[in-house]
Amino acid sequence: MAHDTGPKRGPSRRGILTGAGGVAALPLVAAAQPAAHPPAPGARPRMDITLTVNGRDHRVALDPRTTLLDALREHLDMTGSKKGCDHGQCGACTVHIDGRRVLACLTLAATVQGRKVTTIEGLARDGVLHPMQAAFIEHDAFQCGYCTPGQIMSAVACVQEGHANTDEKTREYMSGNLCRCAAYPKIVAAIRDAATKMARA
Amino acid sequence: MRPFHYEHAADRAQALSLAAASADTHYLAGGTTLVDLMKLDVMRPATVVDINALARDHSEIALDGDHLRLGALARMSDVAEHPAVRRDFPLIAQSLDLAASPQIRNMASLGGNVLQRTRCPYFRDTHWAACNKRKPGSGCAAMEGVNRKLAVLGVSDHCIANYPGDFATVLAALGATVDVEGAGGRRVIAFEDLHRLPGDTPHVETTLKPGELITGFSVPAGSWTRRSLYLKIRDRQSFEFALASAAVALDLEGGNVRTARIGLGGVAAKPWRSHEAEAALQGHRLDEASARAAADAAFAGATAHGQNAFRIELGKRTLVRALIQTAKLET
Ligand SMILES: Cc1cc2nc3c(=O)[nH]c(=O)nc-3n(C[C@H](O)[C@H](O)[C@H](O)COP(=O)(O)OP(=O)(O)OC[C@H]3O[C@@H](n4cnc5c(N)ncnc54)[C@H](O)[C@@H]3O)c2cc1C
Ligand code: SF4
Ligand code: FES
Ligand code: FES
Repeated sequence: MAHDTGPKRGPSRRGILTGAGGVAALPLVAAAQPAAHPPAPGARPRMDITLTVNGRDHRVALDPRTTLLDALREHLDMTGSKKGCDHGQCGACTVHIDGRRVLACLTLAATVQGRKVTTIEGLARDGVLHPMQAAFIEHDAFQCGYCTPGQIMSAVACVQEGHANTDEKTREYMSGNLCRCAAYPKIVAAIRDAATKMARA
Repeated sequence: MRPFHYEHAADRAQALSLAAASADTHYLAGGTTLVDLMKLDVMRPATVVDINALARDHSEIALDGDHLRLGALARMSDVAEHPAVRRDFPLIAQSLDLAASPQIRNMASLGGNVLQRTRCPYFRDTHWAACNKRKPGSGCAAMEGVNRKLAVLGVSDHCIANYPGDFATVLAALGATVDVEGAGGRRVIAFEDLHRLPGDTPHVETTLKPGELITGFSVPAGSWTRRSLYLKIRDRQSFEFALASAAVALDLEGGNVRTARIGLGGVAAKPWRSHEAEAALQGHRLDEASARAAADAAFAGATAHGQNAFRIELGKRTLVRALIQTAKLET
């Protein structure tokens, strides 16, 4: 794909859906970064940076404006992290950087060099779901599923931080993840269950 | 978002020289204010200097004699969780715990936190032509518009925006100081002097000079800091800015107030210390009546603009409740 300087893969589901696998690669880039403003005088249009995502290094040439979320979704074809609000208000884009949960939509990709990013795609081990992923399925903790990757990334960190030992605490420390389908009771149940399993593991 | 130059500063000296090299530079810490407002085209820096590497030297959280030292690059979550902060400055931990979301608290630095911008809807939306803060001289759409959450204290005829942050309210109440470094060297500013009232220049929000870097904060401990509370009232239970908040620290002797430190959040144009409420309580027995008198003194100069009128009474009740609860704390 024209915009991807990362390792070549087979056609992705997203590539086929958007038509970017063949003829229409450019609109995808344009949609991610509207060229509404001319470059600042002397601004470097591209920076070569290395992103370490789920244990793999990816070299990409990015406009400095690119957020980590757009880098993941538009340049690395990792569309698990979702764009809900793009302004820090919903948590759909939650990923881990050096083991801490953060928002990819307010993180400039350039600031992430040399740090370890974990996304929802990196949670499963050898094809086995993370206990949190399994618990979300078991407890039916979603409806449309759009908020779910962010919920799960946030929930894993919430348990690791020690903020999921009561339901009340879980609700408070999961308040950065909104669910428009209001699956909240089942999300809390899934986290309660997964917390026990994570403690045993 | 407009294009900008991205620069990475390895240390403080490099950050300062990069900032001095070009006008219109902004430092980037957690980015939770800056990136948000750059996306909205409200902030338009020509150069962004990433200062996160400065965390190596400027993220301390330490009790140094009778002062709490907080580095500008310390993250909100780390400060909130720190045992010494929780024990000796409960209101600091609470003001951070009750702010934003866990993800944002992991990203956001204390320096960026105190410099967060108002959430005035007209400031954040460039479709509105009139906003003196965003575009000096253009007017103020909020005066007769949606101003339910805007300020009642410290406002002017040019701007009624509120300062939205929680932590800064506590720093103002406790008489903290700010360490600043710029081309002209280092200086220490009283926290209360960091932010300016809007007056007729609401676009000038602080007394920092261009390129000046906040390196840290120093908060004096006192006989009042342990008996302290941050109470935040909001539209929803979590992940929401304050409609009204109160930062209270008390030194009591047999129920009488020896020292009171009082900050008000959400309701004022800048991080607000109420010297009036402190003076009203000094030497008095703390009860409902004296708490109410202090609250009346705190809001004596308040000005409402329609929708936000209810927040004068809400602010008073918030302070009364915070005072009564703080007096009951076991220390
Ligand atoms: C959805 C949402 C909800 C929020 N809710 C709350 C809330 O309830 N309560 C609350 O208090 N806050 C809240 N916030 C605000 C949040 O706390 C601030 O955005 C954050 O603390 C800013 O810190 P930062 O490190 O990300 O700053 P940045 O965005 O990196 O910087 C902010 C500004 O400060 C400047 N700056 C940063 N560091 C320095 C320095 N050391 N010296 C000089 N200048 C510097 C930057 O140039 C920029 O202009 C919320 C934010 C969001 C997005
Ligand atoms: S209150 Fe201040 S920030 Fe809001 S529209 Fe008026 S001038 Fe702008
Ligand atoms: S997309 Fe990042 S918080 Fe909503
Ligand atoms: S499952 Fe639909 S938004 Fe959460």
